Amino acid sequence: MSFINYSSREINCKIVYYGPGLCGKTTNLQYVYAKTNPEAKGKMISLATETERTLFFDFLPLSLGEIRGFKTRFHLYTVPGQVFYDASRKLILKGVDGVVFVADSQIERMEANLESVENLRVNLAEQGYDLDKVPYVVQYNKRDLPNIATVDELRRLLNPRSVPEYQAVAPTGVGVFDTLKAVAKQVLTELKRSG
Amino acid sequence: MTSGLVMYEEEFRLIAGICDRLTRDANAKVVFLVDKNGQLIAASGQAQNLDTTSLASLTAGNVAAMGGLAKLIGEKEFPNQFHEGEKESLHMSIVGGRVVLVVIFDAKSSLGLVRLRVKKAGEELAKVFDGLAKKQAAPGAASPFAEITDEDIDNLFSE
Repeated sequence: MSFINYSSREINCKIVYYGPGLCGKTTNLQYVYAKTNPEAKGKMISLATETERTLFFDFLPLSLGEIRGFKTRFHLYTVPGQVFYDASRKLILKGVDGVVFVADSQIERMEANLESVENLRVNLAEQGYDLDKVPYVVQYNKRDLPNIATVDELRRLLNPRSVPEYQAVAPTGVGVFDTLKAVAKQVLTELKRSG
Repeated sequence: MTSGLVMYEEEFRLIAGICDRLTRDANAKVVFLVDKNGQLIAASGQAQNLDTTSLASLTAGNVAAMGGLAKLIGEKEFPNQFHEGEKESLHMSIVGGRVVLVVIFDAKSSLGLVRLRVKKAGEELAKVFDGLAKKQAAPGAASPFAEITDEDIDNLFSE
């Protein structure tokens, strides 16, 4: 849910990275954090376990620049991907403006991807959102690994609505900013539409 | 989709005034107000050295998690929370079901005083937010983003 502040002339939006465990959601944020100018970013917060698995969420505030005198700020969040953290995932989706689904391209993770997309749909619906209507981008991550499904196959299973989709290798940044820009653009377009 | 929160100059001044007064009346170090979704609305007191963006996000995460716990035991929510540290303590209360009022205080104040002052400030804030909600729902309250063009959006990403 966006927050428009006339007083500080700011607009704040919330983007959530969703996807199965170990698909690279946190890695996406880490790359964005590493490559963004210090003045455009805040501190990245990771609430993780001792083994660096996301426990509650990662959070990264970003400034994108100004539109008509309003500073646009995006708050990026990840959810914990592991199946048993569902209660936490639901909480993170509260007030979301745009969603990135990070898919793990490895063939053996296809079931986990499907389960996660379905889980996203159900959890969004619980918050009153429709996955077919929210600003939404799909990222096919881990394209550098050997045992991966083709993009056609991934598209057929995970992107029937043909939303913008990007191939990515998150640790080296391939596709990371393209994904972020695409979802941010959709969020702003939605604001314009509903405004 | 539900529409987001819109803050206008007039209401912001009222809110900032209430937060400033609460800081003084409660002998608090910092008072801040956060939207339940983690957006910082206002901060008062010695907030300069604090990472208020992170504070706002973690406050919302905490309130959301406690709300989840509340529902599990059959409560609607936990409207007030208190976290006691060695030197600094933190009091959070949910105002008008929508925002969280956070007070950080040390030994110069006490939980009793903070509770008392928060109650009054919370009532005043709830009124302001009620007014805001009405203003936002009123016809003609278009967001400034209704007029932006696709080009404006593209320019943001052109660098």
